[in-house]
Amino acid sequence: MTNKREITQNGLWGNNVALVQLLGLCPLLAVTSTAVNGIGLGIATLITLVLSNTIVSLIRGFVRKEVRLPVFVLIIASLVTIIELSMQALFYELYLVLGIFIPLIVTNCAIIGRAEGFASRNAVGPAALDGLMMGLGFLLVLALLGALREIIGFGTLFANADLMFGEGAQMLTIEFNEDYPGFLLAVLPPGAFFGLAILIVAKNWLDARPQEKQETIEPVPGTV
Amino acid sequence: MITISRRQILISGIFLWVFAVAGTSLVALTEYSTRESIIENERQVLLRNLHALLPSDKLDNDIVADTLELPSSTLLGTDTVSIVYRARLGGEPVAAIFNSIAPNGYNGKLHLLVGVYSSGKLAGVRVIKHAETPGLGDAVEIRKSPWIKSFDGKSLTNPGRSGWRVKRDGGEFDQFTGATITPRAVIAAVRNTLLYYQQNADMIFN
Repeated sequence: MTNKREITQNGLWGNNVALVQLLGLCPLLAVTSTAVNGIGLGIATLITLVLSNTIVSLIRGFVRKEVRLPVFVLIIASLVTIIELSMQALFYELYLVLGIFIPLIVTNCAIIGRAEGFASRNAVGPAALDGLMMGLGFLLVLALLGALREIIGFGTLFANADLMFGEGAQMLTIEFNEDYPGFLLAVLPPGAFFGLAILIVAKNWLDARPQEKQETIEPVPGTV
Repeated sequence: MITISRRQILISGIFLWVFAVAGTSLVALTEYSTRESIIENERQVLLRNLHALLPSDKLDNDIVADTLELPSSTLLGTDTVSIVYRARLGGEPVAAIFNSIAPNGYNGKLHLLVGVYSSGKLAGVRVIKHAETPGLGDAVEIRKSPWIKSFDGKSLTNPGRSGWRVKRDGGEFDQFTGATITPRAVIAAVRNTLLYYQQNADMIFN
C-alpha cells in the first residue's frame, strides 16, 4: 500500500473519494453549481487533507487507540477553522461565496477516513502523498461536476474566476451562447445528483472497457 | 473483565487534554493574527456597497462610522435592531442608507441596502443577501441583471402608489421571466423603506 504509484493511482482513480468511496457528498453536491466554486472548495479540502494526514501520521506513535478518534476530530476541526479564518483574511471575496461551506469540510468523512484508514498506519511521506492524491482526486471531481453543471445550467464556464484568481482571470470566463436560456435543473440540487451519477457511470464504464479486451489496455490514472 | 487500567485512562485523558489545549491555542492565535484584516475586509466590502449607491463625491463624512441603530420596524421588515448609515456633506444631511429586509421572497428573506436622499428620492437599491432561485429570482442581483437600477431616482410620488408594482399587476416595474414573487417582494420592501424614511426623517439625521 505504501508505494508511490499505487497511492497516486488510488487517490486519483481506483479509490477516488467522490466516485468510488462516495464520501464527502454533502459539500460536493452543495457547492458544485459552478466550476470556480467547485475548485475553491476542492483546494480548501485538499489543503485540509494533506495537513491532517501529515499531523496524524506524525503523532501516530504515541496516540492511544482509545482516544484516537476524538484527537483526529480535534486536529481536523482546528485545521478547518484556521483555514476558514485565513481565507477570510486573504481571499475575502471567495470567502463570501464559499464561506458557509468551509465549515462543512469538518463533516467530510473522507478526511477522518484517510486519517484513520491510512495516515495513522503509515509514515509521514506516504501519508502526505495520500492526502495530496485523495484531495486531488476530490478536487478533480468537484471541478468536473461544477463545469458540467455550469455549462448545462448557465451556458458559461469559469464564470467569476476573478473571485479566486484575481482580476486577470476574468478572461478565463467562456460564454458559449449569449442567449442561452439556462437549464435550471442542472443548477438546483437535483442536478448535482444527476451530474454525479453521470460521472460515476462514466468512470465505471471506462474501468469495465479494458477487461472486455482481455486487459490489453491498462487504465491510466487521472485520465478524466 | 476490565481491560483498561486506571493509569491508562488517566494517560488518555491527559493526552486528549493536551491536544484540546494545543488545537484551541492554534485557533486562537490564528484568530488573533487575522482579526484586523478580516474587519478591514468587511469594512471595505461595506464601503464598496455603500459607495455603489452613493458616489463618494457626494459626501465627506465617514459613512461607515456615522450610523444609528433603528428599533425593529414592520416597514423596514426588521425584527431586531438595524443600522442606518448617514451621509453628510459639510455637516448637512445628504442621504440615509437603510438595511431593510423583504420578508416575503420566494425562498425567504432578501436583505437590501436602500439609499434614500434627504429629499425622499431613491439613491439606489442593492440586494446584499438572498436565497432566491439561481437563474430566475437572482436577477435582483446587480451582477446578474440591471433590473435593480430601475429604482434609481424613484420616490413615493414617482410613481404614485399604484405604480409601485410589477407590470403584470399594473405597475411600472418589470417582472422577470418565470419569477414574479421576488420582484414583488423587493418593490414592496423598497416602498416601505421610503415610507419609513418619510415618517422618521427628522429622527434619523439628529
